Amino acid sequence: MSINRYKITKTISSIFVHTFLMAVAMTCLFPFIWMFRSALMTNQTIFVDKGLIPSTIHFQNFYLAWTKGGFGMYFINSVVYTVCVVFGIVLISSLAAYAFSRLKFPGSNFLFYMFLAAMMIPLPGSFVPLYVLMNKLHLVNTRIGYILCMINVGLSLSIYIMKTFFDKMPSALEDAARIDGCSKLGIWLHVALPLARPAIAVVVIFNTLNVWNEYILAMLLLNDKSLMPLQRGLMVFQGTHSVDYPLLMAGLTITVAPVVLVYLFMQKHIIKGLTAGAVG
Amino acid sequence: MKNRVFDKFSFLEFKGVAENYLFILPAVVIFSIFYIYPFFEILNLSMHEWNGISLARDFIGLGNFKEIMQDKVWWSSIGHAGYITLIALTFQNMLAFALALSCDRDIRMRKFYRIVFYLPPVLSEVVVGLIWQWILNSGMQSGKPIGLLNYFLTKVHLNHLVHNWLSDPDTALTCIAVVHSWKGFGWGFIILLAGLQTIDRQLYEAAHVDGAGVFSTFKNITVPMMVPVFVMVMILTILGSMQVFVLVLSMVGQGLVYHTEVPVTRILASMTGMSRFGYACAQGIVFGLILMIGSFMLNKISKKAKQE
Amino acid sequence: MGCSQGNQANVVNIWHWMTDRQEVFVELAEQYKEQTGIEVNFELYAPSDEYSKKIVAAAQARVLPDIYGILGEKKKRAAFINSGFVADLTESFNASEGAWEKSLFEKALNVNRFKEDNIYNVKPGIYGVPIDVTNIQMLYNKDLLTKAGIKGYPKTFAQFIKNISTLNRIGIEGLVSGWGETWMVDCFASNYAFNIMGEEKIMATYRGEVPYTDEDWIKVFNIFKVLRKNNALAKGIVAKGNKYAEQDFALGRAAFAFNGSWCVNVYNDMNQDLNYGVMLPPVINEERPMSIWGGAGSSFVVNGISENKQQAIDFLKWLTAKDQQAFLSKKTKNLPANRYALSAIPEILSQFASAMDETTHPSIWKYNENPLVSETFDKGIQSIIIGEKTPEEVAQAVQEVKVREIEKVKKRSMRQ
Repeated sequence: MSINRYKITKTISSIFVHTFLMAVAMTCLFPFIWMFRSALMTNQTIFVDKGLIPSTIHFQNFYLAWTKGGFGMYFINSVVYTVCVVFGIVLISSLAAYAFSRLKFPGSNFLFYMFLAAMMIPLPGSFVPLYVLMNKLHLVNTRIGYILCMINVGLSLSIYIMKTFFDKMPSALEDAARIDGCSKLGIWLHVALPLARPAIAVVVIFNTLNVWNEYILAMLLLNDKSLMPLQRGLMVFQGTHSVDYPLLMAGLTITVAPVVLVYLFMQKHIIKGLTAGAVG
Repeated sequence: MKNRVFDKFSFLEFKGVAENYLFILPAVVIFSIFYIYPFFEILNLSMHEWNGISLARDFIGLGNFKEIMQDKVWWSSIGHAGYITLIALTFQNMLAFALALSCDRDIRMRKFYRIVFYLPPVLSEVVVGLIWQWILNSGMQSGKPIGLLNYFLTKVHLNHLVHNWLSDPDTALTCIAVVHSWKGFGWGFIILLAGLQTIDRQLYEAAHVDGAGVFSTFKNITVPMMVPVFVMVMILTILGSMQVFVLVLSMVGQGLVYHTEVPVTRILASMTGMSRFGYACAQGIVFGLILMIGSFMLNKISKKAKQE
Repeated sequence: MGCSQGNQANVVNIWHWMTDRQEVFVELAEQYKEQTGIEVNFELYAPSDEYSKKIVAAAQARVLPDIYGILGEKKKRAAFINSGFVADLTESFNASEGAWEKSLFEKALNVNRFKEDNIYNVKPGIYGVPIDVTNIQMLYNKDLLTKAGIKGYPKTFAQFIKNISTLNRIGIEGLVSGWGETWMVDCFASNYAFNIMGEEKIMATYRGEVPYTDEDWIKVFNIFKVLRKNNALAKGIVAKGNKYAEQDFALGRAAFAFNGSWCVNVYNDMNQDLNYGVMLPPVINEERPMSIWGGAGSSFVVNGISENKQQAIDFLKWLTAKDQQAFLSKKTKNLPANRYALSAIPEILSQFASAMDETTHPSIWKYNENPLVSETFDKGIQSIIIGEKTPEEVAQAVQEVKVREIEKVKKRSMRQ
């Protein structure tokens, strides 16, 4: 095979791959562009104006959405909730998943399957007993109550993801650390967690989106406006009957930005697993 | 050796096991309070006729479950969700894996792709609903189709394909399944990419040194290493697709006759529409059992496949 | 900040779901505080499904606020009342020769009224305060009709069908509505059931004395077959949420719409140039007047176990007084519940208001249909519209469910 021919086949296949990737990428980008351009329009033009670039641009929609939706306070609340819940989930689920994957203790299988089952059985009416319970514990209308509930929501899935990755990882490094006299907790912290960075990144990405977009539990458990998360601000634009689409789109653009940023930051760790793996 | 220091060893073992339990303690505590307790309450409610409000609840034993067995609409809703799941398992996951494989390699613009493919899951259902309503709209204005898809079809002279996409029972569910797969492939993409990235690169290098081709490396290293991740993605796909409903509501409202009913919309209909709390709880439990059996069977099959 | 558990004096807590009214409510609360020194705290929870869940959960935990609203059919209100979660307001309404009662539209008040011998065993009385009035009618796009050379609007169903074919000929679609939402299908069908057979026979059907296979009910189902055959419905109507249907009408994609009085605000937001009028659904049976659904748009109730009961009632009295109602109506483009506040409203809204005498509503009927039967009924109509089933088949299917549900009730009462 001549080098030329090799090069040609490689170029052709690369063109083919890029066309495919580009086509998929376009379908993903389009709604974003549409959302952004809609945020610059007025309710009158949003469904009439066919062009992607609006004829008149209303940047003030972003400002209006921010002030009208009362985003300032909600934004801070959402950041607090997301940070606490995601941190809590990563800590608790990585501890549990590590134990399920590496440590031996009676009932470990049973407990793991219990978590799995929880992921599967939807409890449609559970908001009633949950609310009654939270009320008894004086956790209704408190930040900590909401945070604990949200940790529980993401826990099963996160344990499952982490365990799958721990199972897949070679345990040679951990064995070496054990021989060196590291404690179990030390191994978990210094050996297992750094190796599981891609899995942690996945768990962070999943849960961040989940908490950031959550409003159902927030509406149920929180009473005061001052405790509400960001999604409460978006509700203002979706009236019982009328919807203020441009402000809603502006609000959605604002709320989506942090999630994308977290993803930008975390997905590097998914890839960094590459170098970590190579070192090991 | 073991026998001589038996006492000491067993103490150490006990201490070790107790230590191991500490790892799962926080998870179990939170779980017991916020999940187990409501679960038993729901189990209890599923054996009652209750409207969600009254102080009195009528105990009816397994009555709700018996009724579910004969509820044709309920079982057809499971079938619909199954159909959506089937499309998601094949179409969505194959797409996700193809994209993850591409981005795992050393290609140009992979950073761009990696970011863009995660955008659909981030998107609000409101935007997804609006956009797809616009694309699939079957209405006409002054003789021209309003919907993007129908408009495109007339432009390329495929007028016979112009269709009422969302209000025809033959296409509505498939449209929902395709949009669901489009919105969901980003999840699979991330997990699969993370899975690919944790494969030890030395394995590839060794294979390369041994003169293995791209395909045989893929078959002998990538696929076997990825089996547990595949299983996980499949189980997550099943759970996500079987429980789909926000998308259904945003695309076809409360539904096209009974053709777009899915289990969660049925549960909601029982709970809020008909004020039958106990029945809704029973539906939730039956649904959960179905999902559990399905997922564990998948797990078993994959374990067997791995052994062979 | 006050919350439901706190029993602070001089603070009235209100939970509601009306996103589009929160701002005005807060403004009114400020006025009230200036006048009386009493703090009123409006907390908004949306969307309405989540709000309903919160109310249900809070009722079970006995932490409902002083004032809240109940969404859903009469049966649900009755359950709240019978469980003691709602205060009986009859005395307050009757005080000083019924001044409060007289100031509000009777139709709006009736939604909150339980009469003697009601089937829910609720003690007769008034249990809620309406804050606005609404009704559901048809709208026509004047420009599109003129374009097709049609003068005025159709009064009879036959005329309506004729107009549609004229419109279709120049590529304009007929009727659009949110019939992906079953209650809107139900409402449309109910209007014609009243027109064809009258209330007595409908109630007899609900009691199980007249079957759905009766020829009058077949006539009702047949309307949808006629609409289908004459291409009178916008394409994809059975899968449309009302928000999308409103978009279509506002953008001139269909000549007629079936929608509630809230649409004035919605259309105004989307297309200020929309030139349209209000009409009753065209009659089929000219011997009987057309009945439409209408009554209270939203109502508040007072918590039966609240310690601030009197203050809560006083506030609601103030909220439904003339000035406040005029203010609410002007700001939110809804019809006021107070009859004296009806002066300064836009022309199109007063067209809606003038049909209030023609209104009826499920919550003032003596009997209500079993929800499962209603569901089969509504979904059956959808299947006629997409040409999947004939009116006769649907009638048969609905009747089967009806018989089954009657059996179930019988069995249950025998067991007790």
